[in-house]
Amino acid sequence: MAATALSISKLEKTYQNGFQALKSIDLTVPEGDFFALLGPNGAGKSTTIGIITSLVNKTSGKVSVFGYDLETQLSQAKRCLGLVPQEFNFSQFESPEQIVINQAGYYGIPRKQATVRAEEVLKQLGLWDKRSQPSRNLSGGMKRRLMIARALMHKPRLLILDEPTAGVDIELRRSMWEFLTELNEQGTTIVLTTHYLEEAESLCRNIAIIDDGQIIENTSKKDLLSKLDMETFVLDIETWDGELPELTDMALRKRDDHTLEVDVSRTHNVNNLFLKLNDAGIKVLSMRNKANRLEELFVRIVENKKQKQ
Amino acid sequence: MRENLVALQSILSKEITRYFRIWVQTLLPPAITMTLYFVIFGNLIGSRVGEMGGVSYMAYITPGIIMMSVITNSYSNVVSSFFSAKFQRHIEELLVAPVPNIYILLGYIGGGVSRGLLTGAIVTLVSLFFVDLQIHNVAVVCIVILLTSTLFALGGFINAVFAKKFDDISIVPTFILTPLTYLGGVFYTITLLPDVWQKISLANPILYMVNAFRYGFLGYSDISLTVAFSIIGLFIVAMFLFALYLLNTGKGLKS
Repeated sequence: MAATALSISKLEKTYQNGFQALKSIDLTVPEGDFFALLGPNGAGKSTTIGIITSLVNKTSGKVSVFGYDLETQLSQAKRCLGLVPQEFNFSQFESPEQIVINQAGYYGIPRKQATVRAEEVLKQLGLWDKRSQPSRNLSGGMKRRLMIARALMHKPRLLILDEPTAGVDIELRRSMWEFLTELNEQGTTIVLTTHYLEEAESLCRNIAIIDDGQIIENTSKKDLLSKLDMETFVLDIETWDGELPELTDMALRKRDDHTLEVDVSRTHNVNNLFLKLNDAGIKVLSMRNKANRLEELFVRIVENKKQKQ
Repeated sequence: MRENLVALQSILSKEITRYFRIWVQTLLPPAITMTLYFVIFGNLIGSRVGEMGGVSYMAYITPGIIMMSVITNSYSNVVSSFFSAKFQRHIEELLVAPVPNIYILLGYIGGGVSRGLLTGAIVTLVSLFFVDLQIHNVAVVCIVILLTSTLFALGGFINAVFAKKFDDISIVPTFILTPLTYLGGVFYTITLLPDVWQKISLANPILYMVNAFRYGFLGYSDISLTVAFSIIGLFIVAMFLFALYLLNTGKGLKS
């Protein structure tokens, strides 16, 4: 059985203005996991990450990293952790090389060793050519990669990424996904928060959804997606302005003369749909999923919770 | 322990690199400003003042002017560096790392002290163009300058912890530090003041530092050396403990 990389128990946080950001949350991330913490803005994701990484003081509860309690064994816990924050938080006047070498120094890695490691991670993240430039001259994507490089300098066992691909172009996002997958395969446990649910669906094995300071879902991606009982497909069709055929088990609607939408239960066969469309003289050119499956579920879970309140 | 020392070395290296990178803003101005002091107060006005404390006016004010630059630079180095780190949020690099708070404090104080001592050395070199500098007691000079720069680096650190905007880091230097420095016996001996003002002057901690430093150069002081060292020591211990308490509680750094 895998060891526990991160364990959170009855964690609460109330800010000085009285706002209760976390309402007794429990969370466990096994070693080697690729874990996503999802939630709408202001749900408590960043507060949770802030407490784990010692940037926010908790009100009560317990957090341990690889068995090291944050209260009593803070130094050991910090050595296991690497953080890639959401916002750029390095000196804009220092070069990438200075930034990563200093960061290694804060973890007690001597300069000589840190210089060798710096070359390794800066090359891995495609920043070696820019190593001596002031970091303010780097592009947004490079700055984000610099923060990943900085977090990897001390080879953390648990890497936490807060919205790592926010504002990053698609090509770079894909290459970062590949990099993170490789890192996870090499044994690094990864926890990420993201707004791109496609990202969580592609990368993560386990997912927790946090809303209004509470964990409202915490399960494997497989289990979560199995809860999705209905999918919506978009059909691109040849121009057609006739009546829609009657379907008993699917909801078909016309978006415009070139597009139809259909809600299909996961248990139903879609062949019937095509037969009916064919009979009605509708020629389907292509078909795609309307929304990301996880996105659909996410919206549904959060909405359900609001309706119950 | 060894890892903490590596961390301390990294903070110090970052701090020293920072003020060398912007040397035009950090190391050059004290040299120019203090040259003006020597020219105006020492040469032009000083020649009409005559002797003070048994030496020429220029020789009398030189230790005070050196001390002034040490105080200002130790303070401003830490206040601006730590506040910038807070403002740009790269202080988080240190907060997430396993660096004990005492080493973070020592690193920033070390940076401020090193800049204070460096500018002190620059101003001392400048003073050699104007006055034949004699040193009465090297040990006193070295200890006083080290303790004073430590004290004001601590002051800068505490100011930076409480500062929420850039205005907050200039209020203390402008409205407290500068008046206290000018009234701290840099340009005059307090024996020239009426009794009541002499007594009020004794409440100014900078007076003790300037006088102890002057003693190191001239062997002359308005204040007893023991009293001066006790006061400086007391301030350092109190401010160090307070700064450490602020870091431990995360004041101004953690929500």
